[in-house]
Amino acid sequence: MDRIPILKLGDALLVTIQVDMHDRLATALEEDLTNRIVKHKAHGVLIDISALEIVDSFIGRMLDNIAAVSRVLDADTVVVGMRPAVAITLVELGLSLAGVRTALNVERGMELIRLRHGAAERDVDVDNAS
Amino acid sequence: MPRSTLAVLAQLLADQEASIVKEWLETLSTGGQLQSGRIREPELRTQCTSFLQGLRTALAQDSNDTAAPAFAPVKQLLADISKSRAIQGFSPTETAMFVFSLKQPLVNAINRSELFAANSLAGVVWQVTLLLDTLGLYTMDEYQKSREQVIIRQQREISELSTPVVKLWDGVLALPLIGTLDSERTQVVMENLLQSIVEQGAEIAIIDITGVPTVDTLTAQHLLKTVAAARLMGADCIVSGIRPQIAQTMVHLGLELNVVSKATLADAFAVALKRLNRTVVSLKTDPRQQA
Repeated sequence: MDRIPILKLGDALLVTIQVDMHDRLATALEEDLTNRIVKHKAHGVLIDISALEIVDSFIGRMLDNIAAVSRVLDADTVVVGMRPAVAITLVELGLSLAGVRTALNVERGMELIRLRHGAAERDVDVDNAS
Repeated sequence: MPRSTLAVLAQLLADQEASIVKEWLETLSTGGQLQSGRIREPELRTQCTSFLQGLRTALAQDSNDTAAPAFAPVKQLLADISKSRAIQGFSPTETAMFVFSLKQPLVNAINRSELFAANSLAGVVWQVTLLLDTLGLYTMDEYQKSREQVIIRQQREISELSTPVVKLWDGVLALPLIGTLDSERTQVVMENLLQSIVEQGAEIAIIDITGVPTVDTLTAQHLLKTVAAARLMGADCIVSGIRPQIAQTMVHLGLELNVVSKATLADAFAVALKRLNRTVVSLKTDPRQQA
């Protein structure tokens, strides 16, 4: 069975979905990603869906699930590169992915994760200093 | 073999074409077709001549059924003429008169000619009248169709015109909405906005609803959808331009937008600049500070 590759970029994980998602692939990705977050102690997960033309309610829920799981493991999930048509479909489906952060492209997404993580680390420093 | 009435009519049209066209043009110009200056005499003459020629060809094929293929060129010509008339702003009467005013010259020509026996004249005239009536009605149909097309095109243009996406700054888009927000327009607005976000890499979109006359539950839902879609693309939305009455109505209706909202576009722009770590400063320094 084919799997979607998960790349490690600094302390973030990058998942680029370039094939049409079917449900089993989505479940496998969810599982792999959870394991990898723990293994690499990642602070952020970037999911690039710029190549996805069809996102149904199942994939939408998978994104929500991944975000929820990552949050438990102290990692931010950023979905990047959603196409306009996909965004409209998701909204019409009533899936606004409230728990997921979004960004226009991978670059902006990385920035977002770095910003959040940087802020968290600074907080820790301030705590130690005081 | 005796020739049919229609074939004889075709013969008559060929023989007397010049005089028929002349009479027809006179009738048309007394009817005021030329006075408005929307159409010139040579153009009208060309239209008349080619219509007569088409009619003759059709009649020569011994057919008076306007649905027959023999009439296709004539109908095409009439369709073109009505279309141009509709665009030039002729009234329906003026357009229909183009065909109907041919009756008089044609009947005159039949009277003058010796091709018909005296006792068959009434029948011939009746046939001519029937034929021209059908063609006249066809002209009206076409005229109406072109008018409808004009209206549809204008509607589309209006809906596109009233939903421009304006770039305010690098990464800041504004969407000034004017007019009522219905489902169809929301769709257009959403598509325009999302496309512009992708194209310009915008981070912040300001939706200005100063020009929206009323905000009811449906409009609010449409707004929220647009905001949600933009967020999914990775852009933040700010809603601005909520007028006092509308704010009151919204509160009375129990509507909550759950998005950043500002009273004016200027306020929203200020927020957007702040988020991009930019600011607007006065170039002139305060003289008191220099002293």
